[in-house]
Amino acid sequence: MSSTFPANAQTLDLAAERARASATPPPAKRPRTGAATDRLFGMLAKGAALLTLVMLIGILLSLIVGAWPAITKYGLGFLTSSTWDPVQDEYGGLVMIYGTLATSFIALVIAVPVSFGIALFLTEMSPSWLKRPLGTAIELLAAVPSIVYGMWGLLVFGPILSTYVQQPLQKLFDGVPYLGALVSGPPVGIGILSAGIILAIMIIPFIAAVMRDVFEVTPPLLKESAYGLGSTTWEVVSKVVLPYTKAGVVGGIMLGLGRALGETMAVTFVIGNANQLKSLSVFEAANSITSALANEFAEAGAGLHQAALMYLGLVLFFITFVVLALSKLLLQRMKKSEGTKS
Amino acid sequence: MTTAERLLSIKALDETRAAKFAGRKRVNQIALTLSLAAMAFGVFWLVWILWETLRQGIGGLAIATFTEMTPPPNEAGGIANAIFGSVVMVAMATFVGTPIGIMAGIYLAEYNPKGWLSNVTRFVNDILLSAPSIVIGLFVYAVVVAYFKSFSGLAGGLALALIVIPVVIRTTENMLQLVPPGLREAAYALGTPKWKVILSITLRAARSGVVTGVLLAVARIAGETAPLLFTALNNQFWTSDVTQPMASLPVTIFKFAMSPYENWQQLAWAGVFLITVAVLALNILARVLTRNKL
Repeated sequence: MSSTFPANAQTLDLAAERARASATPPPAKRPRTGAATDRLFGMLAKGAALLTLVMLIGILLSLIVGAWPAITKYGLGFLTSSTWDPVQDEYGGLVMIYGTLATSFIALVIAVPVSFGIALFLTEMSPSWLKRPLGTAIELLAAVPSIVYGMWGLLVFGPILSTYVQQPLQKLFDGVPYLGALVSGPPVGIGILSAGIILAIMIIPFIAAVMRDVFEVTPPLLKESAYGLGSTTWEVVSKVVLPYTKAGVVGGIMLGLGRALGETMAVTFVIGNANQLKSLSVFEAANSITSALANEFAEAGAGLHQAALMYLGLVLFFITFVVLALSKLLLQRMKKSEGTKS
Repeated sequence: MTTAERLLSIKALDETRAAKFAGRKRVNQIALTLSLAAMAFGVFWLVWILWETLRQGIGGLAIATFTEMTPPPNEAGGIANAIFGSVVMVAMATFVGTPIGIMAGIYLAEYNPKGWLSNVTRFVNDILLSAPSIVIGLFVYAVVVAYFKSFSGLAGGLALALIVIPVVIRTTENMLQLVPPGLREAAYALGTPKWKVILSITLRAARSGVVTGVLLAVARIAGETAPLLFTALNNQFWTSDVTQPMASLPVTIFKFAMSPYENWQQLAWAGVFLITVAVLALNILARVLTRNKL
């Protein structure tokens, strides 16, 4: 075309060239640069995925390296020794490990039945207009930062627990051999029990949300068949839904347990941070792995103290890793059966 | 058997059936009542905690809260430096963590969804998602703080970024999987290179979902305290130098709430109020975004 206007041949040629280039698919050059970008982009994506693995390995390695002095000195005896004495530089983790396990246990005992009730309500009982807002409320409860729970536990809940639960119990069991010892302690409302209760409130939404989700996976046909045979709601849930979803339910509970074990702030506020195991009272100040780390790590000098705290961190990471991996596997199994059975 | 006897036996059978049914109905009612009670129990705590935060938090708020630095015990002051530190570190974490999380999510959903690397990454990611955040603080301490021999805002931001990544990976992958394959195939059929398909077709289609993930991640780290305790530490003064220890809202709240001083506790309530409002607002915003999408 440009040849018909010789006067402006050059400029027109350029314009036409440009127009042609943008209108037709570029023959040779473009795809090659595209391929290079493509490879680069693919490598970046792969690198980012690999980074998560590196993170996990890095966490493990850094904990092991940091804890090495304590590991070589105490070995596994660290887990069963209850001395924690920064002044003498003598360390054992039993008090904290006990605190972590005991608070998480109390939390599960409270949270599991309540979460089950909530999931049951949301899937089988609630009128449909109420399902969404209530479900959202429960999920929002899961989003509230743990420091809010902790502060509320220390300044609001602790005093109430002490006045209305601890003191009456102490009066009631005064002089009774074992029960009396179980509820002894200064009436300030901190200790293993408050920490367990706060943890329970924290993990209820997690467990309830997972349970609700897995309950909803049950094929409606199964439930309707049971209803058709004249089952009551409870019978449908306990004999059809629960057996069908048990892997998922246990997975959800494990997920909550993982959260409870690793929770820091909610526990640190209310557990009292005292390294003692003399009294097993649920109202006596105690310590957990996370609260020991939160309180002591920044001040611990480099050396055995820090290494012992790192060792505690390693133990915590190991326990939560096992619990979470188990939870993940159970939930995965649930997902698979969902594919085959429904 | 006479007719009368037969009728009697049927009647007896009916009665036992009716009794059994009544029993089953009673069990059902008890179970459902307990379930209702559980629901009320759950909502009760939410309302109580929010109410207390609202009441004490608004009581503690003042203009000075936003303009003045953290005071010594029993003196008036605010938490301006803590708010600023939190904003700086959360922003750093978001800018570092989001691209990495999105890229990894892209790899999981678009490149090799069934490969071993994806399966392992998904597994590890789910564990990191609920791993104790204080352990991440220990990791960053060992790698960054111990190396530079100084607590710093940078280390705090990095620790938070490590929490952002798994959240963003998870949501990005899920959202990309929702994009219909037809969209991708149409783009490929036009000869578009893969990276361009991903960036301008699939990622764009999943945009609001990915943004939701980022918002949720920000909400999550805004209230995180544990990983900051021995990375960013704390600072009584205003600092914008990220190589120095930096105050943050959660750490300040922790310190103030544990103290016996009245004015510190009041500032802590104000801080908790601000965090709660911010986190809930982010969550609700994220919810609204995905609801419009799906």
